[in-house]
Order: sequence, then structure tokens, then C-alpha cells
Amino acid sequence: MVDVIQVEGVAKQFKIHHERHQSLKERLLHPKSGSVELFHALSEVSFNVADGETVGILGHNGSGKSTLLKCICGVLQPTSGVIRLRGSLAALLELGAGFQHELSGRDNVYLYGAMLGFSRRMIDAIFDEIVAFSELEQFIDTQVKFYSSGMYVRLAFAVAVNVNPDILVVDEVLAVGDERFQAKCIDRIRQFQEEGRSILLVTHNADTVRALCSRAIVLNSGAMIADGPVQDSLRIFREHMLEQAIEHDRSGSQSQVSIDAITTPSGSFDVRSGAGLHFDVDVTADTAYSGNFVMEVFTRAGLLVSRSAAQGAPVNLKPGANRVAVELPSIPLLDGVFDINVGIMDERGNTVIAWREQAATMQVLYDGHAGGVVELSPSIRQQ
Amino acid sequence: MAQTPPANASRRHLADAPVRVVSARASLATRLRNLVERRELLTSLISSDIRIKYKGSALGLFWSMLSPAMTLGMYYMVFSFFLKNGIPNFVIYLFSGLVVWNMFQNAVNGATGVIVDRAGLVKKVSFPREILALSNVGSAVIYFGIQLVVLAIFLLIFGHAPAWGFMWILPISFTALYLFTASVAIVMSAITVYLRDVKHLMEVALQLWFWLTPVVYSFENSLSAPLHRHGLSALYFLNPITLIVLTFQRVFYVSTTVRSTTSHAMIKILPTWPMSTYFYLNVALLGIMVLLFLAAESIFGRLEGNFESEL
Repeated sequence: MVDVIQVEGVAKQFKIHHERHQSLKERLLHPKSGSVELFHALSEVSFNVADGETVGILGHNGSGKSTLLKCICGVLQPTSGVIRLRGSLAALLELGAGFQHELSGRDNVYLYGAMLGFSRRMIDAIFDEIVAFSELEQFIDTQVKFYSSGMYVRLAFAVAVNVNPDILVVDEVLAVGDERFQAKCIDRIRQFQEEGRSILLVTHNADTVRALCSRAIVLNSGAMIADGPVQDSLRIFREHMLEQAIEHDRSGSQSQVSIDAITTPSGSFDVRSGAGLHFDVDVTADTAYSGNFVMEVFTRAGLLVSRSAAQGAPVNLKPGANRVAVELPSIPLLDGVFDINVGIMDERGNTVIAWREQAATMQVLYDGHAGGVVELSPSIRQQ
Repeated sequence: MAQTPPANASRRHLADAPVRVVSARASLATRLRNLVERRELLTSLISSDIRIKYKGSALGLFWSMLSPAMTLGMYYMVFSFFLKNGIPNFVIYLFSGLVVWNMFQNAVNGATGVIVDRAGLVKKVSFPREILALSNVGSAVIYFGIQLVVLAIFLLIFGHAPAWGFMWILPISFTALYLFTASVAIVMSAITVYLRDVKHLMEVALQLWFWLTPVVYSFENSLSAPLHRHGLSALYFLNPITLIVLTFQRVFYVSTTVRSTTSHAMIKILPTWPMSTYFYLNVALLGIMVLLFLAAESIFGRLEGNFESEL
């Protein structure tokens, strides 16, 4: 397998000027410029992306994920380190950043294509596909300044995905457009994956990563803290976010809660489809705490099967060891392996206080003939 | 959805695809290679520039020629009627220098603020940034071409034959002009990112520069003698545009010595160098301009690294 992206020891520092002189006049008036502080946006990040891989980059705001992406796209020069790229790359850092408002949609398709590095001839060949994908047939000769924001984004996305780059770099742009167009974009990305192209996806949405990626990288304050299978990276990502949230909350004299163990009376998480399951969750709190218990069930492929309501199950934890009993009366799931995540949220259901990703792995045994994830037990009769 | 076989076929060659390297400092050779690779973007930017300029007016091109025509008319009025300089067919003399100056001025004026103006693009899309400045130079070249056509029309109207035998020097001279203009445009566009008021300074500097160039006056007939007496002639020729303007004037205006329309004495208005001197000087200038362009590219490369945090 060929590596399409090789990132080797990439670091990026920004200068933070405390007093900024952006004109010659000011520089002359203040020859000793204000103090400058170095901000390390990225430190020694290294990873490879193989041909055909879809890699997610996770991190909360300010973790350096956009800086990393900009370095990979060549918008920013890293302070040190090297990035090697093989094949053509189309980056969606901001949709329609290169559009000229005075020009028509048609002219902008060619201009944007040229900016992404594709020749006029190549765009000629796929022009109709681009227009069809954007659904802007009627407006393609209208000046872009008359477009709605949705139309604008559709055209930009259509160009970027239809030029068939070897590597597609996407930064949080999937959250645009109406729901139908979003589904279309996701479909296109899946088609991309089937064609064996590589995708680098930056997001702070764990669900997107779970749905699309085969591997995820987690960044925190510019350093890479995880690189591996999506499940593992997501666990590290969540736990890390949690640690920070707890550190943040300590100033507000919040109690510390941790989830220690999750057990069933039989010791096994194997269950027959349609049968019930009982398990106990051991929670330790250092002070009394009132919150909500939440749980999630995922398929191994990363599909969220169910998430309990954030305010649905109030628990009053006392200092020390607590036990929360969870009763699933009947499990309508079909054959498969499912991951259970459990957590404690605050009273209003806004903030996660404690979380255990993949706390248990449940195996459902089913000997019927239905397919899919859940058993709906339809009663079917001919009339 | 339809699969695209050509795309799949080309993907098999991914292993042989060239590797692009993004690192702290790209070498000058890499920079130039990237520039050549992205020439299509340059033509796209130039054509969109021109299309925007002339959008929505059938007379767009006409309007764009009106302003230099006004300048030309004004200088012609001033120096033919009020401050008579005695140069016969002055409009030809003036125009042959003005096409050169206009190209330089338009390009540099346009390019100085271009990276700041298009910050949104610079921060989000990857391409060699100097292409933005070069697209302004490109627009100025097209404009230069149009003005050359107008000059040709003038020559026909006045029945003024250019020096055909000298004509072949023009490509050398023009290439030198292009490289000099591009170098100034590239460096100024980068400096403006750090010092925003340089844009205004440049406008003033260009005005001064204009009067240091023998476009509306004759160097031989005015400054030459006093400068020569103090041994400062070389200083005047430090301005690369001077030689280019003189070459264009020599080709289109032709006469080096003319009978003044005011004093009726013979006056020398252009250097009386033989063709070989013009040739050697222009070739030397071209050589220097190539080096200057390379220097401008590496200066831009140094300044480019911090654009993101300055914009």
C-alpha cells in the first residue's frame, strides 16, 4: 500500500504580538516593537495515510486540527518538519473561498478548479457532472453574488468532489446545506471510499468519524494523543475531553465521579435476541452528587443504535461506592456484537461528568432469519 | 452512480505519482517549478480579472482606454501648447514611452495590495501566492498590448514609420520590462502584508518615479548635460525603466535629432547610440532583471511564511 500523505515531525509556531504595528508609520514611531510570545499550535506530529484510507482528525477547538490540515493542504508552511503528498489533492477548508462574486457560476467553476490545481480541459470533461451534482442547472450562468448561501456551498462542494482528486481533505463542511444535500455529500464521500481514494476528515463530531472513518487521530493542544482504530481513538478523545472538563469544573468545587466497573450477575454479556439483560454499574463519587445516568449502544460498524435520554434517569450518588442497576427488559437486536457506553451527566443533562466508552461488549445471539440490526416483529397478513 | 473508469485507471499510477513536499522552506527551484505547474491558474485569474473589469458594459474596453487617452491628451496639450518643448510629432514620442510606463504602473499599483485584498483566498486555498501579483502583471500586459495597437493606429494616422530595423530589440526590452515589473509587484505585494501603509507610499513613489523616467520630457535635451557635468549620468540609468523607455522611443519615434518646432534649431532628444549599443545594453539589462526576479522570488518566499498570522 502506498502512503499518500506522510507527515513527519510537523510543528507550527505562531507569533502572538501583544502590541501590533501593522504600518510603516507605527513601526517608525515605535521602533522597539511590543513583546512577542510564541504559541505552539502543533508540536511534532507524525502520521501516514495509506492509499484508500479514511482518517478522521478529532480534537476540540484550539487543538490544532485546522492548523494541521492547513499545513497538509499547503496553505500554511510548517515551522519544522516535512509533509509529503502523492497524487492530486482537493481541500474543502472553506467552501467557495475562491469564488469571485462578479463572475457567473460557470466561470467560477473553472476558476475554482484552477485554484484546486485542475486544468481547463479536465474541468471541461466533468463540467456537466459538476452542474448536475450541484443542481444549479438554471442558475449556472447567473453571477454568483445573486446565489443564496446554500447554492454557493453546493457549487463549491460539487467542484471539489467531482474533480476526482486522489486525496480529499474536508474540514467541518459537512454541516452545511439542507439535510438532503448533506446526505448526498455523505453518499459521495462513501463512493469516494469505494473507489479507493483517501479522505482526511477533520471534525469534532464523534458520530461523523464513527460513520465514515476507518482510523482516527486525536489532537490535544497541538500534540497527537491517539492514532488508531476509531473505537480506541474515540475513547481517548472522550476521556480526554472529560478530564479537561473535570479540571475545568474543579474551580466550581464539583465532585469527582468515576465509573469503575460494569458487571452482570452471570458475568457474561451474551444474550439471546428478545431476552432481557441486567447489569450493574459501579460508580464512585467523592462527594454527594445528583445527576443523570445515560447509556449508548453502538454496532461494531459505528452505527448508534440507541442513546438514552440525558435527563431520563436521575441518580443521587452518595460519597463513596454506589451501584446503579440497569435493566433492559427485552433486547430487540439481531445477531451481532454491540458496544455499550455508560456515563453520568449533570442534573440538566448538559455536561458529561463521568464516561466509560466501550464499558462492555454485548453479544446478541439470534437464530431467526430476519436481517439488519433490530427485530421489528411485523405481523403480516394478506387481505 | 456512474463509476469513472478513466479516473480509476489513472489511480493505478499513484505509486509513480510525483511526491510533493510541504516543508518549512521551499528551495527557489521548487518555487519556480510550482509556479510553472500552476500557470493555468495564472491565465484563469487574468481572464477573470479582465472579465470582471469589463462586465456589464459593452463599452468596457472603450472605457478602459479612455483614461490613458485622457492622460495622453493632457500631456500633449501641456507640452505642445503651454510649455512648448519643441519636439515635433510629440504625441508619438509621448505615447511610445507612456505604453511602457503604464504597464509598469498599472501592474505595481494593482499588485501592491492584492494579497491583503484577497486574504480570504490566501488563508484557505493553496497555490503559489505570487500568482496573485503576477495576475495583475498579466492584466497589465494585456492592457499594454491594447495600447500598442492604439499606438500603431497613431503611427498610421501620422504617417510616421517606426524603425523596422530596430524592432527585433523590442522583445528583449519587453521581457526585461516584464521581469522588472513582476519583481517589484511580487515584493511589494508581500511587504504590504506586513506594512499596510506601504500601499499609499507606493502611489506617491510611483508619481516621483514617473518624473524620473524620460516619458514626457527628453533626457538628452534636458537633464543629460547637467548630470554628465557632475558625472551623475549613471545614476539616472539606475532606473531600469529608463533604458526600456528609450528603446521604445528609439523604435517608434525613430529620430534621435530633430528640428525644434519652437527655436528651429537642431536638438538631440534621444541617445545617438548605434543599434549594437541598444542591443548590448538591453541584453545586459535582461540579464540583471533575471537575477532580480530570482531575488524577488526568494524574498517573497521568506515573507510568505507568516502571511497567515499577519492577514
